Amino acid sequence: MTNGSANDERAIHQIKPHGGRLVNRLVEGETKENLLERAHALPKIQLNERELADIEMIAVGAMSPLEGFMTREVYDSVLDTMHLPLGLPWTLPVTLSVKPDEDPDQYRTGLDVALCRGDAVLGVMHLEDKWKPDKAAEAEKVLLTTDEAHPGVAYLGSVGDTYLGGEISVFEKPEHEAMNDYRLDPKETRVLFKAKGWSTIVAFQTRNPIHRAHEYLQKCALEIVDGLLIHPLVGATKKGDIPADVRMRCYEVLLENYYPRDRVAISVFPAAMRYAGPREAIFHALVRKNYGCTHFIVGRDHAGVGKYYGTYDAQLIFNEFTREELDITPLFFEHAFYCTACGNMASAKTCPHGNDEHVFLSGTKVREMLSRGECPPPEFTRPEVAEVLVEAYEKGIG
Amino acid sequence: MPEPRVTIKIPRPLYERIQRSIEGSGFSSVTDFIVYVLRDVMSGAGHRDERGELTREELDAIKERLKNLGYL
Repeated sequence: MTNGSANDERAIHQIKPHGGRLVNRLVEGETKENLLERAHALPKIQLNERELADIEMIAVGAMSPLEGFMTREVYDSVLDTMHLPLGLPWTLPVTLSVKPDEDPDQYRTGLDVALCRGDAVLGVMHLEDKWKPDKAAEAEKVLLTTDEAHPGVAYLGSVGDTYLGGEISVFEKPEHEAMNDYRLDPKETRVLFKAKGWSTIVAFQTRNPIHRAHEYLQKCALEIVDGLLIHPLVGATKKGDIPADVRMRCYEVLLENYYPRDRVAISVFPAAMRYAGPREAIFHALVRKNYGCTHFIVGRDHAGVGKYYGTYDAQLIFNEFTREELDITPLFFEHAFYCTACGNMASAKTCPHGNDEHVFLSGTKVREMLSRGECPPPEFTRPEVAEVLVEAYEKGIG
Repeated sequence: MPEPRVTIKIPRPLYERIQRSIEGSGFSSVTDFIVYVLRDVMSGAGHRDERGELTREELDAIKERLKNLGYL
């Protein structure tokens, strides 16, 4: 393990991006000027929140080796085999849909399409493919359900029935109103890790505040690597999830009070949630590899929602890939809690005592307590985090 | 679901050389090693993409941003 100075930078071996190269689809200079000039006369397509997040991630290489939205060949390969056509693992479709109020016939393969958000033209797609997917089959294969109550299925029902595929050229990253001091692209996190002298970095993905159990998993992982990247997802989530700005305040107070700052970095992950459980766990791991992470924490029901997936299905799916083809190392953790008999944080693997000795609260119970202005016990949540959440609930979130 | 495979022939001396080389390497078979190498080649990892490496200016700009944000 290392925590070396800048002098050690050249000795730091970094994990390769997925596919071997960090994609860059941001255009500049004359290419950008030429495309911008043409873009205003092109047929336009509006991007929804997920697609906006996806073009940002494709543009900065977070989704390497993807260079654009999937064509039908790639889409089918991902759905049926969880691999790209050339053989690299990839588990989630990354698609661009024609909106219900847009005419698919205006988009012609072989020509370009302007990628828009309102009046802003963010980039251009070089249209290679246009087709009507079987969205029920996509839901079944990717989300393992066609229940419309599943947020991912609801999303598929909300988008149009025609997909467009092709490489993209992006003029500017989408503008964000918040958390800009925490937005690091893969090339930036890689420079950061090297400058800190970290060869091994574990990433922690979350869409929730960090409670004692998560803190425990992270610190267990940090015992065996050089650095920890707390990488909260801040793209589109479902109603009922804690807003990203509230979560960031939770992370800030936690890091300030309980984490060694020379071993931990926090940066936001701009992706939208798919709630695809197992397949999304693989996706999350591969994308963190692009950010330069060598390890990835997978806990209970990773990227799950409701009861659609088995508690540890998101860990079992890693058995369907070889270690070499994933390259990033998953760190699996079971249910963690504070045990009053042990007198410390533990998990189902390391604690011999029964549930009556464990301090555990369901998500519903936590929300009820916070809504009443009541802080969960310090064995469950750090008091500083609880204060942020209580204040947020008083203002009407959650 | 396991992905479909095809059979490819290579010279036996080459096969045996690879077999000796991968002992203790973590690759469980010559097949696994060859698949790994070919995927790497096909992904263009061996090709020096002129946009893949950061220039000195880009690296300095990133480090400056990281310092201003308090990461370094």
